Amino acid sequence: MHEDKPPPRRKFQPIYLFLVLPYIALLWVPFYNRIEPKLIGIPFFYWFQMSWIVLGALCILPVYLYQESKRK
Amino acid sequence: MTMEPNTVTLTVFLGLFALVTGLGFVASRWRAGDLTQLDEWGLGGRRFGTWVTWFLLGGDLYTAYTFIAVPALMFGAGAPGFFAVPYTILMYPLLFVAFPRLWSVARKHNYVTAADFVRGRFGSRGLSLAVAITGIVATMPYIALQLVGMQVVLAALGINFSWNLPGFGPVDMPLLIAFTILAFYTYSSGLRAPALIAVVKDLLVYITVFAAIIFIPMQLGGYGAVFDAVPEKTMLLAKGVGNNLGAEFAYATLALGSILALFLYPHAVTGLLSSSSSQVVRRNAMILPAYSLALALIALLGYMAIAADVRTDPNYADGFAAFGNNFAVPALFLKMFPAWFAGLAFAAIAIGALVPAAIMSIACANLFTRNIYREFINPKCTAAQESNVAKIVSIVVKFGALIFVLELQSTYAIQLQLLGGIWMCQTLPSVLLALYTRYCHPMALLAGWATGLITGTWMVSQLAFKSSTFTISLFGIEFPAYAAVSALLLNLAVSYGVTFVMNLVAKPVRHDETRPEDYVS
Repeated sequence: MHEDKPPPRRKFQPIYLFLVLPYIALLWVPFYNRIEPKLIGIPFFYWFQMSWIVLGALCILPVYLYQESKRK
Repeated sequence: MTMEPNTVTLTVFLGLFALVTGLGFVASRWRAGDLTQLDEWGLGGRRFGTWVTWFLLGGDLYTAYTFIAVPALMFGAGAPGFFAVPYTILMYPLLFVAFPRLWSVARKHNYVTAADFVRGRFGSRGLSLAVAITGIVATMPYIALQLVGMQVVLAALGINFSWNLPGFGPVDMPLLIAFTILAFYTYSSGLRAPALIAVVKDLLVYITVFAAIIFIPMQLGGYGAVFDAVPEKTMLLAKGVGNNLGAEFAYATLALGSILALFLYPHAVTGLLSSSSSQVVRRNAMILPAYSLALALIALLGYMAIAADVRTDPNYADGFAAFGNNFAVPALFLKMFPAWFAGLAFAAIAIGALVPAAIMSIACANLFTRNIYREFINPKCTAAQESNVAKIVSIVVKFGALIFVLELQSTYAIQLQLLGGIWMCQTLPSVLLALYTRYCHPMALLAGWATGLITGTWMVSQLAFKSSTFTISLFGIEFPAYAAVSALLLNLAVSYGVTFVMNLVAKPVRHDETRPEDYVS
Protein backbone atom coordinates (compact mmCIF):
# COMPACT_ATOMS: atom_id res chain seq x y z
CA MET A 1 0.00 0.00 0.00
CA HIS A 2 2.73 2.42 0.96
CA GLU A 3 4.83 1.89 -2.16
CA ASP A 4 2.07 3.65 -4.10
CA LYS A 5 2.56 7.06 -2.58
CA PRO A 6 4.04 9.35 -5.24
CA PRO A 7 7.52 10.48 -4.36
CA PRO A 8 8.11 12.93 -2.80
CA ARG A 9 5.37 12.26 -0.31
CA ARG A 10 2.80 15.02 -0.45
CA LYS A 11 1.71 16.71 2.71
CA PHE A 12 -2.05 16.99 3.19
CA GLN A 13 -3.24 20.46 2.22
CA PRO A 14 -6.08 21.85 4.38
CA ILE A 15 -7.51 23.59 1.31
CA TYR A 16 -8.82 20.18 0.19
CA LEU A 17 -11.30 20.34 3.10
CA PHE A 18 -13.42 22.63 0.92
CA LEU A 19 -14.33 19.53 -1.06
CA VAL A 20 -15.85 17.92 2.05
CA LEU A 21 -18.31 20.75 2.71
CA PRO A 22 -20.96 19.77 0.13
CA TYR A 23 -21.05 16.22 1.50
CA ILE A 24 -21.69 17.46 5.05
CA ALA A 25 -24.37 19.89 3.89
CA LEU A 26 -26.28 17.48 1.68
CA LEU A 27 -25.91 14.12 3.41
CA TRP A 28 -27.20 15.51 6.72
CA VAL A 29 -30.75 15.27 5.44
CA PRO A 30 -32.70 16.00 8.69
CA PHE A 31 -31.18 19.48 8.67
CA TYR A 32 -32.94 20.55 5.50
CA ASN A 33 -35.99 18.29 5.47
CA ARG A 34 -38.32 21.16 6.42
CA ILE A 35 -40.75 23.64 4.82
CA GLU A 36 -39.77 26.93 6.47
CA PRO A 37 -38.19 29.31 5.66
CA LYS A 38 -39.72 29.56 2.22
CA LEU A 39 -38.17 31.53 -0.64
CA ILE A 40 -40.55 33.00 -3.24
CA GLY A 41 -43.03 30.28 -2.28
CA ILE A 42 -40.44 27.46 -2.57
CA PRO A 43 -40.02 25.30 0.59
CA PHE A 44 -36.58 25.17 2.28
CA PHE A 45 -36.06 21.51 1.30
CA TYR A 46 -35.99 22.50 -2.38
CA TRP A 47 -34.20 25.83 -2.45
CA PHE A 48 -31.52 24.73 0.05
CA GLN A 49 -30.49 21.81 -2.13
CA MET A 50 -30.68 23.89 -5.29
CA SER A 51 -28.48 26.60 -3.81
CA TRP A 52 -25.81 23.94 -3.16
CA ILE A 53 -25.52 23.40 -6.90
CA VAL A 54 -23.77 26.75 -7.09
CA LEU A 55 -22.09 26.50 -3.68
CA GLY A 56 -20.76 23.03 -4.56
CA ALA A 57 -19.06 24.36 -7.68
CA LEU A 58 -17.68 27.30 -5.67
CA CYS A 59 -16.16 24.85 -3.16
CA ILE A 60 -14.10 23.28 -5.95
CA LEU A 61 -12.81 26.62 -7.25
CA PRO A 62 -10.25 27.41 -4.47
CA VAL A 63 -8.79 23.91 -4.77
CA TYR A 64 -8.55 24.28 -8.53
CA LEU A 65 -6.84 27.66 -8.23
CA TYR A 66 -4.44 26.24 -5.64
CA GLN A 67 -3.49 23.37 -7.98
CA GLU A 68 -3.02 25.79 -10.86
CA SER A 69 -0.71 28.01 -8.82
CA LYS A 70 1.35 24.94 -7.92
CA ARG A 71 1.75 23.88 -11.55
CA LYS A 72 3.55 27.10 -12.43
CA MET B 1 -52.65 5.73 -28.30
CA THR B 2 -54.99 7.72 -30.46
CA MET B 3 -53.57 11.20 -30.08
CA GLU B 4 -53.86 13.34 -33.23
CA PRO B 5 -50.51 14.66 -34.48
CA ASN B 6 -50.31 18.47 -34.47
CA THR B 7 -48.77 19.60 -37.79
CA VAL B 8 -46.81 22.54 -36.37
CA THR B 9 -45.39 20.52 -33.46
CA LEU B 10 -44.47 17.66 -35.75
CA THR B 11 -42.81 19.89 -38.37
CA VAL B 12 -40.58 21.61 -35.81
CA PHE B 13 -39.69 18.24 -34.31
CA LEU B 14 -38.85 16.60 -37.63
CA GLY B 15 -36.87 19.63 -38.83
CA LEU B 16 -34.64 19.57 -35.75
CA PHE B 17 -34.28 15.82 -35.97
CA ALA B 18 -33.15 16.05 -39.61
CA LEU B 19 -30.60 18.73 -38.71
CA VAL B 20 -29.11 16.51 -36.06
CA THR B 21 -28.98 13.49 -38.37
CA GLY B 22 -27.00 15.55 -40.87
CA LEU B 23 -24.60 16.61 -38.12
CA GLY B 24 -24.12 12.99 -37.07
CA PHE B 25 -22.82 12.00 -40.51
CA VAL B 26 -20.71 15.14 -41.00
CA ALA B 27 -19.06 14.52 -37.62
CA SER B 28 -16.58 11.98 -39.03
CA ARG B 29 -14.85 14.87 -40.81
CA TRP B 30 -14.77 17.07 -37.70
CA ARG B 31 -11.21 17.24 -36.32
CA ALA B 32 -10.63 14.31 -38.62
CA GLY B 33 -8.57 11.41 -37.40
CA ASP B 34 -7.77 7.89 -38.53
CA LEU B 35 -11.03 6.13 -37.63
CA THR B 36 -9.45 2.71 -38.00
CA GLN B 37 -7.80 3.27 -34.59
CA LEU B 38 -9.89 2.39 -31.55
CA ASP B 39 -9.02 5.51 -29.59
CA GLU B 40 -9.87 7.66 -32.62
CA TRP B 41 -13.27 6.03 -33.18
CA GLY B 42 -14.10 5.22 -29.56
CA LEU B 43 -12.54 8.18 -27.74
CA GLY B 44 -12.60 10.85 -30.44
CA GLY B 45 -8.79 10.81 -30.47
CA ARG B 46 -8.68 12.07 -26.85
CA ARG B 47 -8.77 15.58 -28.25
CA PHE B 48 -11.91 17.18 -26.78
CA GLY B 49 -11.30 20.47 -25.00
CA THR B 50 -13.11 21.97 -22.04
CA TRP B 51 -16.30 23.02 -23.84
CA VAL B 52 -16.78 19.99 -26.06
CA THR B 53 -16.25 17.77 -23.03
CA TRP B 54 -18.79 19.85 -21.16
CA PHE B 55 -21.44 19.31 -23.84
CA LEU B 56 -20.51 15.66 -24.28
CA LEU B 57 -20.61 14.77 -20.60
CA GLY B 58 -23.68 16.90 -20.04
CA GLY B 59 -25.49 14.99 -22.77
CA ASP B 60 -24.05 11.74 -21.48
CA LEU B 61 -24.77 11.92 -17.76
CA TYR B 62 -28.09 13.75 -17.83
CA THR B 63 -29.98 11.45 -20.16
CA ALA B 64 -33.38 11.67 -21.82
CA TYR B 65 -34.68 9.09 -19.44
CA THR B 66 -33.61 11.27 -16.50
CA PHE B 67 -35.51 14.16 -17.99
CA ILE B 68 -38.65 12.04 -18.17
CA ALA B 69 -38.26 9.83 -15.09
CA VAL B 70 -37.13 12.35 -12.46
CA PRO B 71 -40.15 14.68 -12.87
CA ALA B 72 -42.33 11.56 -13.18
CA LEU B 73 -41.07 10.46 -9.77
CA MET B 74 -41.72 13.92 -8.32
CA PHE B 75 -45.17 13.87 -9.89
CA GLY B 76 -45.97 10.51 -8.33
CA ALA B 77 -43.93 10.29 -5.13
CA GLY B 78 -42.91 13.86 -4.29
CA ALA B 79 -39.77 14.72 -2.29
CA PRO B 80 -37.91 11.36 -2.61
CA GLY B 81 -37.62 12.04 -6.35
CA PHE B 82 -35.48 15.10 -5.63
CA PHE B 83 -32.54 12.86 -4.59
CA ALA B 84 -31.22 13.33 -8.14
CA VAL B 85 -30.23 16.86 -7.10
CA PRO B 86 -27.85 16.11 -4.18
CA TYR B 87 -26.61 13.17 -6.22
CA THR B 88 -25.61 15.30 -9.18
CA ILE B 89 -24.03 17.91 -6.90
CA LEU B 90 -21.95 15.48 -4.87
CA MET B 91 -20.49 13.67 -7.85
CA TYR B 92 -18.33 16.64 -8.80
CA PRO B 93 -15.89 16.85 -5.87
CA LEU B 94 -15.23 13.14 -6.45
CA LEU B 95 -14.82 13.70 -10.17
CA PHE B 96 -12.43 16.55 -9.45
CA VAL B 97 -10.21 14.47 -7.17
CA ALA B 98 -10.23 10.99 -8.70
CA PHE B 99 -10.73 11.30 -12.43
CA PRO B 100 -7.69 13.35 -13.38
CA ARG B 101 -5.73 10.37 -12.00
CA LEU B 102 -7.63 7.91 -14.20
CA TRP B 103 -7.19 10.20 -17.20
CA SER B 104 -3.44 10.46 -16.64
CA VAL B 105 -2.77 6.78 -16.18
CA ALA B 106 -5.02 5.93 -19.15
CA ARG B 107 -3.17 8.35 -21.40
CA LYS B 108 0.21 7.02 -20.33
CA HIS B 109 -0.66 3.37 -21.00
CA ASN B 110 -3.21 3.88 -23.80
CA TYR B 111 -6.12 2.49 -21.77
CA VAL B 112 -9.52 2.92 -23.42
CA THR B 113 -11.72 1.36 -20.70
CA ALA B 114 -11.75 0.97 -16.93
CA ALA B 115 -11.16 -2.76 -17.42
CA ASP B 116 -7.96 -1.93 -19.34
CA PHE B 117 -6.77 -0.06 -16.27
CA VAL B 118 -7.67 -2.98 -13.98
CA ARG B 119 -5.74 -5.34 -16.28
CA GLY B 120 -2.67 -3.14 -16.10
CA ARG B 121 -2.90 -2.34 -12.41
CA PHE B 122 -3.47 -5.87 -11.14
CA GLY B 123 -2.20 -7.99 -14.05
CA SER B 124 -5.35 -10.08 -13.68
CA ARG B 125 -7.35 -11.11 -16.74
CA GLY B 126 -10.13 -12.53 -14.58
CA LEU B 127 -10.70 -9.31 -12.64
CA SER B 128 -10.53 -7.25 -15.82
CA LEU B 129 -13.12 -9.54 -17.43
CA ALA B 130 -15.40 -9.19 -14.40
CA VAL B 131 -15.22 -5.40 -14.63
CA ALA B 132 -15.85 -5.45 -18.39
CA ILE B 133 -18.84 -7.79 -18.17
CA THR B 134 -20.37 -5.83 -15.29
CA GLY B 135 -20.07 -2.70 -17.41
CA ILE B 136 -21.67 -4.21 -20.50
CA VAL B 137 -24.52 -5.90 -18.63
CA ALA B 138 -25.32 -2.80 -16.57
CA THR B 139 -25.26 -0.51 -19.60
CA MET B 140 -27.57 -2.50 -21.87
CA PRO B 141 -30.79 -1.78 -19.92
CA TYR B 142 -29.64 1.84 -19.60
CA ILE B 143 -29.64 2.13 -23.40
CA ALA B 144 -33.07 0.48 -23.43
CA LEU B 145 -34.33 3.18 -21.05
CA GLN B 146 -33.24 5.89 -23.47
CA LEU B 147 -35.55 4.23 -25.96
CA VAL B 148 -38.36 4.28 -23.43
CA GLY B 149 -37.81 8.04 -23.04
CA MET B 150 -38.02 8.45 -26.79
CA GLN B 151 -41.12 6.26 -27.03
CA VAL B 152 -42.96 8.55 -24.62
CA VAL B 153 -42.12 11.60 -26.71
CA LEU B 154 -43.11 9.93 -29.97
CA ALA B 155 -46.43 8.96 -28.42
CA ALA B 156 -46.97 12.55 -27.29
CA LEU B 157 -46.31 13.66 -30.86
CA GLY B 158 -48.95 11.20 -32.05
CA ILE B 159 -46.55 9.34 -34.35
CA ASN B 160 -46.15 6.05 -32.52
CA PHE B 161 -47.78 3.97 -35.23
CA SER B 162 -46.60 0.42 -35.51
CA TRP B 163 -46.27 -2.07 -38.34
CA ASN B 164 -46.33 -5.82 -38.13
CA LEU B 165 -42.91 -7.18 -38.89
CA PRO B 166 -42.73 -10.91 -39.52
CA GLY B 167 -41.22 -12.62 -36.51
CA PHE B 168 -41.39 -9.55 -34.28
CA GLY B 169 -45.06 -8.67 -34.16
CA PRO B 170 -46.07 -5.00 -34.05
CA VAL B 171 -43.01 -2.73 -34.13
CA ASP B 172 -43.00 0.97 -33.33
CA MET B 173 -41.78 2.28 -36.71
CA PRO B 174 -40.58 5.82 -35.89
CA LEU B 175 -38.56 4.37 -33.02
CA LEU B 176 -37.00 1.80 -35.34
CA ILE B 177 -36.16 4.47 -37.93
CA ALA B 178 -34.64 6.83 -35.37
CA PHE B 179 -32.47 4.08 -33.98
CA THR B 180 -31.36 2.83 -37.37
CA ILE B 181 -30.17 6.33 -38.24
CA LEU B 182 -28.39 6.54 -34.89
CA ALA B 183 -26.72 3.16 -35.43
CA PHE B 184 -25.33 4.21 -38.81
CA TYR B 185 -23.85 7.52 -37.84
CA THR B 186 -22.32 6.05 -34.71
CA TYR B 187 -20.82 3.36 -36.92
CA SER B 188 -19.31 5.85 -39.32
CA SER B 189 -18.34 8.71 -37.00
CA GLY B 190 -17.73 7.11 -33.59
CA LEU B 191 -17.66 9.34 -30.51
CA ARG B 192 -17.38 12.48 -32.67
CA ALA B 193 -21.07 12.10 -33.63
CA PRO B 194 -22.62 12.34 -30.13
CA ALA B 195 -20.11 15.06 -29.23
CA LEU B 196 -21.29 17.29 -32.08
CA ILE B 197 -24.97 16.44 -31.61
CA ALA B 198 -24.72 17.10 -27.88
CA VAL B 199 -24.07 20.78 -28.61
CA VAL B 200 -27.41 21.17 -30.43
CA LYS B 201 -29.26 18.99 -27.94
CA ASP B 202 -28.03 20.92 -24.93
CA LEU B 203 -28.92 24.28 -26.43
CA LEU B 204 -32.45 22.94 -26.97
CA VAL B 205 -32.58 21.59 -23.42
CA TYR B 206 -31.52 24.89 -21.89
CA ILE B 207 -33.99 26.86 -24.01
CA THR B 208 -36.80 24.47 -23.02
CA VAL B 209 -35.94 24.53 -19.32
CA PHE B 210 -35.67 28.27 -19.02
CA ALA B 211 -38.86 28.82 -20.97
CA ALA B 212 -40.61 26.22 -18.82
CA ILE B 213 -39.59 27.62 -15.44
CA ILE B 214 -40.61 31.17 -16.38
CA PHE B 215 -43.59 30.61 -18.65
CA ILE B 216 -45.40 27.73 -16.92
CA PRO B 217 -45.45 29.05 -13.30
CA MET B 218 -46.64 32.40 -14.68
CA GLN B 219 -49.71 30.68 -16.10
CA LEU B 220 -50.22 28.64 -12.94
CA GLY B 221 -50.05 31.62 -10.57
CA GLY B 222 -46.41 31.56 -9.40
CA TYR B 223 -44.21 29.09 -7.54
CA GLY B 224 -46.24 29.43 -4.37
CA ALA B 225 -49.29 28.12 -6.21
CA VAL B 226 -47.28 25.29 -7.76
CA PHE B 227 -46.07 24.07 -4.36
CA ASP B 228 -49.50 24.55 -2.81
CA ALA B 229 -50.85 21.99 -5.27
CA VAL B 230 -48.43 19.31 -4.01
CA PRO B 231 -49.97 17.02 -1.38
CA GLU B 232 -48.63 17.93 2.07
CA LYS B 233 -47.71 14.31 2.77
CA THR B 234 -45.20 14.07 -0.08
CA MET B 235 -43.80 17.61 0.10
CA LEU B 236 -41.07 16.46 2.53
CA LEU B 237 -39.39 13.15 3.27
CA ALA B 238 -41.18 11.03 5.87
CA LYS B 239 -39.49 11.17 9.27
CA GLY B 240 -38.33 7.89 10.78
CA VAL B 241 -40.62 6.17 13.25
CA GLY B 242 -39.21 4.51 16.41
CA ASN B 243 -35.92 2.76 15.67
CA ASN B 244 -36.27 3.20 11.93
CA LEU B 245 -34.08 5.94 10.46
CA GLY B 246 -36.70 6.50 7.80
CA ALA B 247 -36.78 8.05 4.36
CA GLU B 248 -34.17 10.67 5.27
CA PHE B 249 -31.51 7.99 5.67
CA ALA B 250 -32.60 6.24 2.47
CA TYR B 251 -32.39 9.57 0.61
CA ALA B 252 -28.78 10.13 1.66
CA THR B 253 -27.68 6.58 0.80
CA LEU B 254 -29.46 6.75 -2.54
CA ALA B 255 -27.59 9.93 -3.43
CA LEU B 256 -24.27 8.49 -2.23
CA GLY B 257 -24.62 5.12 -3.97
CA SER B 258 -25.72 6.75 -7.21
CA ILE B 259 -22.58 8.92 -7.29
CA LEU B 260 -20.32 5.93 -6.79
CA ALA B 261 -22.09 3.92 -9.49
CA LEU B 262 -22.28 6.75 -11.99
CA PHE B 263 -18.58 7.29 -12.44
CA LEU B 264 -17.93 3.60 -12.81
CA TYR B 265 -20.43 3.31 -15.66
CA PRO B 266 -18.61 2.74 -18.97
CA HIS B 267 -20.25 5.71 -20.69
CA ALA B 268 -18.98 8.09 -18.00
CA VAL B 269 -15.45 6.68 -18.27
CA THR B 270 -15.55 6.92 -22.08
CA GLY B 271 -16.71 10.54 -21.91
CA LEU B 272 -13.99 11.48 -19.43
CA LEU B 273 -11.16 9.72 -21.22
CA SER B 274 -12.01 11.52 -24.47
CA SER B 275 -10.95 14.87 -23.00
CA SER B 276 -7.65 16.36 -24.06
CA SER B 277 -6.05 16.82 -20.63
CA SER B 278 -6.56 16.13 -16.95
CA GLN B 279 -7.05 19.86 -16.57
CA VAL B 280 -10.10 19.65 -18.84
CA VAL B 281 -11.52 17.05 -16.43
CA ARG B 282 -10.90 19.31 -13.42
CA ARG B 283 -12.45 22.35 -15.10
CA ASN B 284 -15.49 20.30 -16.00
CA ALA B 285 -16.04 19.44 -12.35
CA MET B 286 -16.79 23.15 -11.90
CA ILE B 287 -18.88 23.82 -15.01
CA LEU B 288 -20.90 20.60 -15.25
CA PRO B 289 -23.11 21.59 -12.27
CA ALA B 290 -24.91 23.92 -14.72
CA TYR B 291 -26.65 20.75 -15.85
CA SER B 292 -27.60 19.92 -12.27
CA LEU B 293 -29.40 23.25 -12.14
CA ALA B 294 -31.30 22.30 -15.30
CA LEU B 295 -32.06 18.90 -13.77
CA ALA B 296 -33.40 20.43 -10.54
CA LEU B 297 -35.66 22.73 -12.53
CA ILE B 298 -36.80 19.82 -14.68
CA ALA B 299 -37.59 17.87 -11.49
CA LEU B 300 -39.89 20.72 -10.47
CA LEU B 301 -41.77 20.24 -13.74
CA GLY B 302 -43.28 17.21 -11.98
CA TYR B 303 -44.88 19.56 -9.46
CA MET B 304 -45.99 21.93 -12.20
CA ALA B 305 -47.70 18.94 -13.84
CA ILE B 306 -49.59 18.37 -10.57
CA ALA B 307 -50.61 22.03 -10.43
CA ALA B 308 -51.67 21.99 -14.09
CA ASP B 309 -53.84 18.98 -13.30
CA VAL B 310 -52.77 17.00 -16.38
CA ARG B 311 -53.72 13.69 -14.75
CA THR B 312 -57.45 14.36 -14.90
CA ASP B 313 -57.36 15.99 -18.34
CA PRO B 314 -59.17 13.61 -20.75
CA ASN B 315 -56.84 14.70 -23.60
CA TYR B 316 -53.94 12.87 -21.97
CA ALA B 317 -55.75 9.87 -20.48
CA ASP B 318 -54.41 7.55 -23.22
CA GLY B 319 -50.84 8.70 -22.60
CA PHE B 320 -51.06 8.08 -18.86
CA ALA B 321 -52.67 4.71 -19.50
CA ALA B 322 -49.76 3.69 -21.75
CA PHE B 323 -46.78 5.22 -19.92
CA GLY B 324 -47.96 5.98 -16.40
CA ASN B 325 -46.37 8.96 -14.66
CA ASN B 326 -43.68 9.12 -17.36
CA PHE B 327 -46.29 10.91 -19.43
CA ALA B 328 -46.52 13.81 -16.93
CA VAL B 329 -43.92 16.06 -18.58
CA PRO B 330 -44.99 15.51 -22.19
CA ALA B 331 -48.60 16.19 -21.12
CA LEU B 332 -47.50 19.37 -19.33
CA PHE B 333 -45.67 20.61 -22.45
CA LEU B 334 -48.65 19.84 -24.68
CA LYS B 335 -51.00 21.62 -22.33
CA MET B 336 -48.96 24.71 -21.48
CA PHE B 337 -46.71 25.43 -24.47
CA PRO B 338 -47.65 26.79 -27.91
CA ALA B 339 -47.56 24.04 -30.56
CA TRP B 340 -44.25 25.04 -32.16
CA PHE B 341 -42.48 25.24 -28.81
CA ALA B 342 -43.77 21.84 -27.75
CA GLY B 343 -42.11 20.50 -30.93
CA LEU B 344 -38.81 22.06 -29.87
CA ALA B 345 -39.10 20.67 -26.34
CA PHE B 346 -39.86 17.17 -27.61
CA ALA B 347 -36.94 17.36 -30.02
CA ALA B 348 -34.72 18.25 -27.04
CA ILE B 349 -35.80 15.09 -25.22
CA ALA B 350 -35.68 12.76 -28.24
CA ILE B 351 -32.26 14.02 -29.36
CA GLY B 352 -31.34 13.82 -25.70
CA ALA B 353 -31.93 10.08 -25.98
CA LEU B 354 -29.65 9.72 -28.98
CA VAL B 355 -26.55 11.21 -27.36
CA PRO B 356 -26.28 8.91 -24.33
CA ALA B 357 -27.47 5.91 -26.35
CA ALA B 358 -24.62 6.51 -28.80
CA ILE B 359 -22.01 7.00 -26.08
CA MET B 360 -23.24 3.99 -24.11
CA SER B 361 -23.10 1.72 -27.13
CA ILE B 362 -19.62 2.99 -27.98
CA ALA B 363 -18.54 2.35 -24.39
CA CYS B 364 -19.90 -1.22 -24.51
CA ALA B 365 -18.18 -1.73 -27.86
CA ASN B 366 -14.87 -0.50 -26.41
CA LEU B 367 -15.22 -2.90 -23.47
CA PHE B 368 -16.09 -5.89 -25.63
CA THR B 369 -13.33 -5.21 -28.13
CA ARG B 370 -10.54 -4.44 -25.73
CA ASN B 371 -11.30 -6.71 -22.81
CA ILE B 372 -13.03 -9.68 -24.38
CA TYR B 373 -12.17 -9.82 -28.10
CA ARG B 374 -8.51 -8.79 -27.93
CA GLU B 375 -7.92 -10.40 -24.57
CA PHE B 376 -9.53 -13.78 -25.13
CA ILE B 377 -10.54 -14.28 -28.78
CA ASN B 378 -7.96 -12.69 -31.07
CA PRO B 379 -4.94 -11.41 -29.11
CA LYS B 380 -2.95 -10.72 -32.28
CA CYS B 381 -5.58 -8.48 -33.89
CA THR B 382 -4.44 -5.39 -35.78
CA ALA B 383 -5.58 -1.90 -34.81
CA ALA B 384 -7.88 -1.80 -37.84
CA GLN B 385 -9.48 -5.14 -36.91
CA GLU B 386 -9.95 -3.90 -33.37
CA SER B 387 -11.78 -0.77 -34.42
CA ASN B 388 -13.88 -2.73 -36.93
CA VAL B 389 -15.08 -5.12 -34.25
CA ALA B 390 -15.97 -2.16 -32.04
CA LYS B 391 -18.03 -0.54 -34.81
CA ILE B 392 -20.01 -3.73 -35.39
CA VAL B 393 -20.54 -4.36 -31.66
CA SER B 394 -21.89 -0.82 -31.26
CA ILE B 395 -24.66 -1.72 -33.76
CA VAL B 396 -25.38 -5.09 -32.16
CA VAL B 397 -25.69 -3.50 -28.72
CA LYS B 398 -28.16 -0.87 -29.94
CA PHE B 399 -30.40 -3.33 -31.70
CA GLY B 400 -30.21 -5.60 -28.68
CA ALA B 401 -31.59 -2.74 -26.61
CA LEU B 402 -34.23 -2.00 -29.24
CA ILE B 403 -35.49 -5.59 -29.30
CA PHE B 404 -35.48 -5.49 -25.51
CA VAL B 405 -37.85 -2.51 -25.47
CA LEU B 406 -40.05 -3.67 -28.32
CA GLU B 407 -40.48 -7.25 -27.19
CA LEU B 408 -40.44 -6.97 -23.41
CA GLN B 409 -42.29 -4.65 -21.13
CA SER B 410 -40.43 -1.47 -20.28
CA THR B 411 -40.77 -2.37 -16.58
CA TYR B 412 -38.08 -5.03 -17.13
CA ALA B 413 -35.72 -2.38 -18.46
CA ILE B 414 -36.42 -0.22 -15.42
CA GLN B 415 -35.83 -3.08 -13.00
CA LEU B 416 -32.65 -4.15 -14.76
CA GLN B 417 -31.35 -0.61 -14.73
CA LEU B 418 -32.01 -0.50 -11.00
CA LEU B 419 -29.93 -3.65 -10.60
CA GLY B 420 -27.33 -2.29 -13.02
CA GLY B 421 -26.51 0.59 -10.67
CA ILE B 422 -26.04 -1.84 -7.81
CA TRP B 423 -23.79 -4.10 -9.90
CA MET B 424 -21.74 -1.17 -11.20
CA CYS B 425 -21.04 -0.03 -7.65
CA GLN B 426 -19.34 -3.36 -6.94
CA THR B 427 -16.46 -2.49 -9.27
CA LEU B 428 -15.50 0.44 -7.03
CA PRO B 429 -12.74 -1.36 -5.08
CA SER B 430 -11.12 -2.59 -8.33
CA VAL B 431 -11.35 0.70 -10.22
CA LEU B 432 -11.83 3.80 -8.08
CA LEU B 433 -9.87 2.66 -5.02
CA ALA B 434 -7.22 1.14 -7.27
CA LEU B 435 -6.40 4.68 -8.42
CA TYR B 436 -4.98 5.19 -4.94
CA THR B 437 -3.92 1.80 -3.66
CA ARG B 438 -3.24 -1.67 -4.93
CA TYR B 439 -3.19 -3.21 -1.49
CA CYS B 440 -5.97 -5.66 -2.36
CA HIS B 441 -5.13 -8.89 -4.12
CA PRO B 442 -7.02 -9.40 -7.41
CA MET B 443 -8.46 -12.71 -6.18
CA ALA B 444 -9.75 -10.96 -3.06
CA LEU B 445 -11.27 -8.19 -5.20
CA LEU B 446 -12.96 -10.81 -7.33
CA ALA B 447 -14.38 -12.46 -4.20
CA GLY B 448 -15.60 -9.08 -2.93
CA TRP B 449 -17.15 -8.25 -6.30
CA ALA B 450 -19.03 -11.58 -6.35
CA THR B 451 -20.21 -11.10 -2.77
CA GLY B 452 -21.50 -7.61 -3.52
CA LEU B 453 -23.20 -8.72 -6.70
CA ILE B 454 -24.98 -11.62 -5.04
CA THR B 455 -26.10 -9.81 -1.88
CA GLY B 456 -27.14 -6.71 -3.83
CA THR B 457 -29.24 -8.75 -6.23
CA TRP B 458 -30.68 -10.78 -3.35
CA MET B 459 -31.75 -7.63 -1.46
CA VAL B 460 -33.55 -6.25 -4.52
CA SER B 461 -35.18 -9.63 -5.17
CA GLN B 462 -36.54 -9.52 -1.61
CA LEU B 463 -38.25 -6.27 -2.62
CA ALA B 464 -39.72 -8.00 -5.70
CA PHE B 465 -37.41 -5.85 -7.94
CA LYS B 466 -39.65 -2.84 -7.28
CA SER B 467 -37.37 -0.80 -5.09
CA SER B 468 -33.70 -0.67 -4.16
CA THR B 469 -34.11 0.57 -0.59
CA PHE B 470 -33.54 -2.46 1.62
CA THR B 471 -33.94 -2.15 5.39
CA ILE B 472 -31.17 -3.70 7.48
CA SER B 473 -31.57 -4.22 11.22
CA LEU B 474 -28.38 -3.74 13.18
CA PHE B 475 -27.97 -3.21 16.94
CA GLY B 476 -31.71 -2.67 17.27
CA ILE B 477 -31.73 0.15 14.73
CA GLU B 478 -33.34 -0.18 11.33
CA PHE B 479 -31.36 1.28 8.44
CA PRO B 480 -33.33 1.68 5.21
CA ALA B 481 -30.40 1.93 2.79
CA TYR B 482 -29.80 1.84 -0.95
CA ALA B 483 -28.82 -1.80 -1.63
CA ALA B 484 -25.78 -0.69 -3.67
CA VAL B 485 -24.26 0.91 -0.57
CA SER B 486 -24.86 -2.01 1.83
CA ALA B 487 -23.60 -4.49 -0.78
CA LEU B 488 -20.54 -2.32 -1.34
CA LEU B 489 -19.70 -2.31 2.38
CA LEU B 490 -19.81 -6.10 2.39
CA ASN B 491 -17.75 -6.15 -0.81
CA LEU B 492 -15.07 -3.94 0.80
CA ALA B 493 -15.01 -6.10 3.94
CA VAL B 494 -14.44 -9.24 1.87
CA SER B 495 -11.85 -7.59 -0.42
CA TYR B 496 -9.76 -6.33 2.49
CA GLY B 497 -10.39 -9.35 4.74
CA VAL B 498 -9.32 -11.92 2.14
CA THR B 499 -6.28 -9.85 1.18
CA PHE B 500 -5.25 -9.61 4.82
CA VAL B 501 -5.46 -13.39 5.23
CA MET B 502 -3.61 -14.00 1.96
CA ASN B 503 -0.80 -11.71 3.07
CA LEU B 504 -0.46 -13.72 6.30
CA VAL B 505 -0.02 -16.94 4.33
CA ALA B 506 2.46 -15.63 1.75
CA LYS B 507 3.50 -12.29 0.34
CA PRO B 508 1.86 -12.42 -3.11
CA VAL B 509 3.75 -11.45 -6.26
CA ARG B 510 2.56 -8.12 -7.66
CA HIS B 511 2.14 -7.42 -11.37
CA ASP B 512 1.58 -3.70 -11.71
CA GLU B 513 2.61 -1.99 -14.94
CA THR B 514 1.72 1.47 -13.62
CA ARG B 515 4.10 3.74 -11.71
CA PRO B 516 3.03 6.28 -9.08
CA GLU B 517 4.12 9.16 -11.33
CA ASP B 518 1.77 7.94 -14.11
CA TYR B 519 -1.20 9.16 -12.08
CA VAL B 520 -0.26 12.82 -11.99
CA SER B 521 0.01 15.14 -14.95
